[in-house]
Amino acid sequence: MNAGITVLIVVVCYLSLLLCLGLFSGKLFRGTSKDYFVASHSIGPFLLLMSVFGTTMTAFALVGSTGKAFERGIGTYGLMASISGLIHAALFFVIGVRVWSHGYRQGFVTQIQLFRARFESNGIGYLLFPILVGLVIPYLLIGIIGAAKTIQPVTAGAFPKLFEHPSPLMNGGVPPWLTGLVVCAVVLTYVFAGGSRGAAWANTFQTLVFMGMGVVAFIFITNSLGGLENADKVVARVTNQGTVVQEYGVNPETKKVEKLDSPKVVGKLVHEEDIEKFAGKQPHLMREPVEVEYKKKNPMTGEVATAEKPREVGIPFITFVTYMFIPLSVGMFPHLFQHWLTAKRAKSFRLTVVAHPLCIMIVWVPCVLIGTWATGILPWGLPEAAVLSNMLRLLVDNAFLTGLLTAGILAAIMSSLDSQFLCLGTMFTNDIVLKAFGKDRFSDKQIIIIARSFIVAIVALIYTIAMFSLDANVFDLAVWSFAGFGSLTPLVILALYWKGATKAGAYSCVISSVGVWLFFFWQSGWGGEYTVMGGVQPAALSFTAGLVSMIGVSLVTKKPSEETIRKFFPDSK
Amino acid sequence: MKLVVALFFIMLFMHQDFWWWEDDSLVLGFMPIGLAFHALFSVLCAVLGAIAILTIWPKELDEAEAAQAPKKEGDA
Repeated sequence: MNAGITVLIVVVCYLSLLLCLGLFSGKLFRGTSKDYFVASHSIGPFLLLMSVFGTTMTAFALVGSTGKAFERGIGTYGLMASISGLIHAALFFVIGVRVWSHGYRQGFVTQIQLFRARFESNGIGYLLFPILVGLVIPYLLIGIIGAAKTIQPVTAGAFPKLFEHPSPLMNGGVPPWLTGLVVCAVVLTYVFAGGSRGAAWANTFQTLVFMGMGVVAFIFITNSLGGLENADKVVARVTNQGTVVQEYGVNPETKKVEKLDSPKVVGKLVHEEDIEKFAGKQPHLMREPVEVEYKKKNPMTGEVATAEKPREVGIPFITFVTYMFIPLSVGMFPHLFQHWLTAKRAKSFRLTVVAHPLCIMIVWVPCVLIGTWATGILPWGLPEAAVLSNMLRLLVDNAFLTGLLTAGILAAIMSSLDSQFLCLGTMFTNDIVLKAFGKDRFSDKQIIIIARSFIVAIVALIYTIAMFSLDANVFDLAVWSFAGFGSLTPLVILALYWKGATKAGAYSCVISSVGVWLFFFWQSGWGGEYTVMGGVQPAALSFTAGLVSMIGVSLVTKKPSEETIRKFFPDSK
Repeated sequence: MKLVVALFFIMLFMHQDFWWWEDDSLVLGFMPIGLAFHALFSVLCAVLGAIAILTIWPKELDEAEAAQAPKKEGDA
């Protein structure tokens, strides 16, 4: 059987299982808007952990982490994963539990409801709504584009007459428009049927799938490299002359890695003064940055030429330090906020606080190792997103396994998409429609219909935008989306913990942090990799702007009423 | 509270691990030391979470919730 067909069958089986689970969870739906939006606060610790973890991990967890490690080495784990373990867990404890408590007691189902009540201002909701939606949209695009682009190469050859493509690597593969359509339809079906509860069940299944598939890919690749003890030998090495060489190659017959008779030069250090420091070393196993000039193949002409920009292997220290502002984004993700509110009780968060960093480790460590090993085998000009699939193709070449891994990647993508679609529907219904027309004007059934209708509309809109943006660099766009949410985190922390935080302070926080973020987003050319002042993440500056302005303005403006203070700080005297 | 906050900032400092920045040696024969340290760091994050739960968990939330708990019905 054609390999593309095998992959497609595995993926279709996975999507069918997911759909069945979604429809089953729809049977548990109690028919009320509260159940649709926050599962009637009934989700226990394990489902909460899986849905929160699945929601925070996107395709980046499998594909992006491997690609980033291929580019920069093992520092990728500290830069993005281990710091997330610390910051995410801290925010679940500090923000998640409090938010759940206020939502449970005061009946909030969206972030904006909480901020409106805390700052006694409807306007703050109208200011935040377009910002939150605007920041979620690139995140959604990442998912749909990521899914659409994943399927075409792995199903190449399946339908050569039906889906013609000029590139032999894509010809006959399921085209992006069809993959995007199917993914949206599946997610829409179970979100439509089961709301928050459906998303929680589906997320749990998907999280288990993508965690499992990452580990399976790791085991097979490690075996082909001759076991863990041999795998690190493969990593690209710097010679005494300052060239970067690959000393191993893959035997196409056995699919095993063998030492080459003469090393293959893939690049050379840009700065001569680095030669002494890096001679004989494998820079991807360190974090000290070094610039390497390398060759890249033009996919259109097949011509091999020196890449325009040298590759920076390793990570500048200041970038590493200031990257901690990116994972702060979980404090303001509206879709995560909604998941928190589904918790059955405050205690349900305990498992998430403890196990989230471990789940990150289980997924990221194998992927970072695979990406690092790939530097000694794959061409350096390969796009980041193609590293994991190429390692599998080169070292394993098993269509069934490729199908499973593809299902894992789809699982990681869809476990975020569903929550984001749902949260947009929830926000539009509660923060705009019910706020403008009054809750009493609609029956509970009508409220659910409004939410579902908005979700269908937003899915259609996002799908259309995604199809026109298939060539966007989705991973860089993701970092900008996270940076935007991270910049707004002072708003929620100060709202929950500082009685002195005022309405004017909240406005100034939102305006200044988003203003600074927008400025840098524009400077980056709307979404490229970008740092300032020799490596500082722009999120550090936009976060600081929001924090300072909120504290400064709150100190000199009118305090909230006693009634509000009593509601949000019941223990205060 | 002070203990957990202090541990959090110690962890934040440890995360920078500049002392192994240029080290490419392997732990257990396969794990680059910079990665092994950060994997251990992830485990320590879980331990810190457990310490926080044991020492500064907001028990008043559990009590308040118990006082107004809705009746149980088909909880997931």
